[in-house]
This record gives sequence, structure tokens and C-alpha cells, in this order.
Amino acid sequence: MELLDHLGIGFETVFTVSNLLYCLIGVLLGTAIGVLPGLGPAATIAMLLPLTFNLSAIPALIMLAGIYYGSQYGGSTTAILVNLPGESSSVVTALDGYKMARQGQAGKALATAAICSFVAGCIATLVIAVFAPPLADLALEFGPAEYFSLMVLGLVASVILAAGSLLRAVGMILIGLLLGLVGTDVNSGVQRYTFGRPELFDGLDFVVVAMGMFALGEIIRNLENEIERNTTTGKVTGLMLTREDLKRIVAPAFRGTALGTVLGILPGGGAMLSSFAAYSVEKKVSPNSAHFGKGMIEGVAAPEAANNAGAQTSFIPMLTLGIPSNPVMALMIGAMIMQGIQPGPAVMTEQPALFWGIVVSMWIGNLFLVILNLPLIGLWVRMIMVPYHFLFPGIIVFCTIGVYSLNNSTFDLYLMAIFGLFGYVCAKFEMEAAPMLLGLILGPMMEEYLRRAMLMSRSDPMVFLQEPISAVMLAVAVLSLAAVVLPALRQKRAEAFVE
Amino acid sequence: MRLLIKNPQDFWSGIIFLIFGSGAILIGRDYAMGTAGQMGPAYFPTAIGALLLLVGALALLRSTIRSGPAIGRFSMKQAALVLSAPILFGLLLHVGGFLVAIFLLVLISGCASTRFRTVPYLALALGFALFCVLLFVVLLGIPLPIFGTLFNF
Repeated sequence: MELLDHLGIGFETVFTVSNLLYCLIGVLLGTAIGVLPGLGPAATIAMLLPLTFNLSAIPALIMLAGIYYGSQYGGSTTAILVNLPGESSSVVTALDGYKMARQGQAGKALATAAICSFVAGCIATLVIAVFAPPLADLALEFGPAEYFSLMVLGLVASVILAAGSLLRAVGMILIGLLLGLVGTDVNSGVQRYTFGRPELFDGLDFVVVAMGMFALGEIIRNLENEIERNTTTGKVTGLMLTREDLKRIVAPAFRGTALGTVLGILPGGGAMLSSFAAYSVEKKVSPNSAHFGKGMIEGVAAPEAANNAGAQTSFIPMLTLGIPSNPVMALMIGAMIMQGIQPGPAVMTEQPALFWGIVVSMWIGNLFLVILNLPLIGLWVRMIMVPYHFLFPGIIVFCTIGVYSLNNSTFDLYLMAIFGLFGYVCAKFEMEAAPMLLGLILGPMMEEYLRRAMLMSRSDPMVFLQEPISAVMLAVAVLSLAAVVLPALRQKRAEAFVE
Repeated sequence: MRLLIKNPQDFWSGIIFLIFGSGAILIGRDYAMGTAGQMGPAYFPTAIGALLLLVGALALLRSTIRSGPAIGRFSMKQAALVLSAPILFGLLLHVGGFLVAIFLLVLISGCASTRFRTVPYLALALGFALFCVLLFVVLLGIPLPIFGTLFNF
């Protein structure tokens, strides 16, 4: 069995004392920061990135992956206990989870979230192990035309899946693509859009932009109307689920996992879309759909399973194609490049220990989460209760040190402040930051593949339609865009997001 | 003018798109264009810039047709304090040192909150400064000067 061999390599890599320790530290730190209200996974990873600078590639990525699930899980804890989802993917969990907590069933809701996340994580990890190798083999056949079309498809998908105005999402992607071009042009050596600043010759650092837009911009928004938070959570008891409860969550957990696994692979989808979709499916399927939103255990189980499955499978395009499907994966790619690894289909064959190590560490990380987090719930509750006005200066401190230590450059700090301002302005006009960050990462890659494809075809643009895989991807992109722009379906999309 | 704009969010995002689009094209004129088969450094950004102009124009057009929510007030004070904190940190790091820079960063950003009280925030700033020196400089070994040139006698 090839699969077992692969997983064997992974287990061998992860099962060293130090790597297990880094996984554990990652999961714990991720949860600790993730439970803080208003801090999503992308901001958490960006903030904690400097902790991995001194590590070698494998432990660094294992730890970052751990931080990712940890923060995801921490977000659900906050959503259930104080109705303040730290990230968009746990918004849905708050609907029924918080109601359960209000009815004195906080422990039950938390246990449901933990168990469903674990089950989903296990299944999604297996899916990665089974489907990543053939996908990487396929990707090795890709030429520049296929890569370019794939990125077009990815960007179109992220536009369609973005909440809010389509037109503004397209605009933000284009701005991102432009910002990605800042720096030295690899083909001609010309410095583009650098305004003569040598600090910009290597391009805009993704982390700097992400911290500015996500962390600083968000903080200013939160300070706009400081409201007293309800911190009377009290003690969490009754973590055990009854046989009856288990029966109720089995089907929703598996449905959620299936949905999340598929949606997580899509660019721009990932955890958030998965949890929204899973919740609406449960509501449709359930015989007592009227009770949803009033503390249904199914309403916690399905979205939690879905967002964890989606979080895992969003690694697939990153690991096999080197293309990020969401800002978190873009950060992972940034971290890999910092470690001297060029993400893409070659990673699996050239660095099997790294690849399978990450896959297996996902499973271990999920195991740690389910074993540790329920006993540690008292600690997380105390973290949540830290009032925001004492918390946000700390977030700024960590962002500042994180950005500075990237290149030991104060210029990066000024850039971060500029992007913080831009992020705040964009938020005011409801222009989403996530598509822009995707564009920022894809910009230079898209230009390069477009150039190569056009050079090889002797400036015949038909090459994108003559290569079958490329043609299919472009057709899917055009069709899905057309489907959304058509007014009838647009109405449905709006409804889906309201739900 | 105000009567014409039914959706200020669309209007202002359109303006931003137009600024970025025209900026990309205008600055891009300094670089070689090349041909479709041999793209110069200006080719791709000019194309993206043109698309942005199109999107911006559409947004402006839409802002006069479809109505949308008004834009809330900008919190200038909060924005200024939060954003100036990391800038000041950058300016102070080498002169005053890491300890002083963190201390002031916490105090200044803290002023952005309506719940700012002098004594608790002084304690918070001192706590953070000591904690960060311990974590980043001592434990993680990130090369940051604990004391700046100001303290060299």
C-alpha cells in the first residue's frame, strides 16, 4: 500500500520529541491567541510567525499548521461562550452554540465542537493523503498556460465566494495583482513601482500587508464603538455528551465533513463558506428546522465539522499546486518560501518527509486539540475575559515586533501603518481585504506564466483554449461568473449569505 | 452632486480603483511595453490598470443608479493613535531602545481607547516592555537593542 508507506514517512518525521513538542506548542499558542475576540486565524499566524524564524523548515511548518487549527478551534470556543466569533468561520457556530451556553449547556456545546472537529479533521487528513499525490502528478504536467488559467479560475472563484459586492471584490483583486508587481521585474531587471526605495526592490512583503489590513485596520474598527462585553460566562461544566446527543450529532458531523472537504479545496472558500453551507444544509434536512438558532446541538456539530474539514483540505491546492486558496494559505506559502522551499508539485517528490510530515502533523494536532482543550477550558475562559481595551495594545505590540523582525527593517513598520490606514478605509467602503491579499500573492506568478505561455505560443492567445485542461478551467471560470452575474441567481446568493 | 450619488460606498471605492488604475498606467509608461509575445515590464501592469479603470468606472456608474448605505464617520483620533504607535516604535527603536519603544507603543496606542486610565496603562506598558524583552530578546534571540544609543554615555 503506497498510502501506508507515505503515512509511515510522515509518522517517522513527526514522532520525534521536538517535532511533537512544536506541534503541541503551536496548537496551544494558536488556541490561546485564537480565543481572543477579534483575532482570526490569518492575524494569529501572522503575529506568531516570528516564533518560527529560528526553526528549520519541518518543525516551523508543523508549528504553523498547529497554530492554524488551534486558532480555528479557539474561535469556536469564543463564539460559543461569549457570542463574539473571532473569525468569520465561527459566526454560524455562535448562532446555536451561544444559545446552548445561555441554557447552561456550554460544556455540551464545546464538547460537540471538539469531537466534530476531530472527526472531520481525521477524515479530511485522509482525503489529503489519498488525493494529493495524483493531483500533484497531474500538476507536474501543467505548462504555463494551464497554470495561468488555473489562477484565473482561482481568482474568479474567490470573487464569487466573497461576501458583499462582486464588483468591489474584482477591483480589490486587481489592486492586489498590481501591488504584487511592486519590485524588481524578474525578466528585465527593471524596478517597478518602487519610487526609488531600495526596501521595495524585493517587493511588498505579504506579512506586512496582511498585518496592516487585518490586524491594525480591524483594531481601529473595533475601537470605533467600544461596547461593554458580556463577560459573565461563569464556570463551564457538563462536558460529557449523552448517548442521545451522540446519536443526534453523527449525521450532521458527517454531512458537514463532506461539504467542508469539497468546499475547502475551492479558492476563496475554505473554512468560512464551508460552515455557512453546512448550517443551511442541516436546517433544510432537519425535521425541526424551526428550532435552529435556539440552541440545537446539530447547529453546532455540522458547521464545526465543516470548518475544520475545510481548513484541512484548503492545504491541498497549496501543497500540490503551490497556489493559496485563502489568506491563511498565502501566509503558509510565505513561510515556506522564507524557509527556502518553493511550494509546488515538486515538494512531494523532492521533500517527502516535509510533505507527509505536515499531513500527519495535522492529524496529531487535531488529536492534541481534542485531548487538551476540554481540560484547559478554564484557562481559555480566563483569556476570553481579558477586556479588549487592555488587549489591543498587546496585539499592536506583537504585530510591530513580528513585522520588524521579518527583515529587521523599520521601513516595514511604516508600510504596515500605511496598509493599516488603507485597510480601515477599505473596511469603511466595504471593500474586502481577502481578495486583495490573494491577488498580491498571485500577481507575480500570473504575470510570469502569462509571459511564458505567450512566448511559447509565439504571441497567439489561442493557446489558452487549445490546451484542453486550460480550456476547461477557463470555461468553468466564465460559466460560474456568468451564473452569478445573472440576476435570478444573484438573489439566491444574497439569501444564502443572510442565512 | 450629493443627489446624484445614491451609493457612497460604490462611489468612493470607484474613486480608489480609478486612482490605482491610472497610477499603474501612468507610472508604467516609464517601462518598456514590449509585445504580446515578448512582454516588457509595462505590459501586464498596464493591462491590469486598464481593467481597474473599467471596474472603477462601473462602480461610479452604479453609484448613481443603485442606492446603498451611507458611510459612517471616520474615527480620526483612533486611527491616528493606532497607526502612529508602530511608526513611533520604528523611529525610537535605535535611539531609545526596545524597552522604551515598547513602553511608549503601549501607552500611545492605549490612548485610542475611551477606557484609557493613566495608572493601569502605565503598569500595562511596563509589563509588556519587560515581557517582550524576556520573550523576544532573551528567549528567542531576535537581535533587538534593549537600550538605545541614548543610554550610551
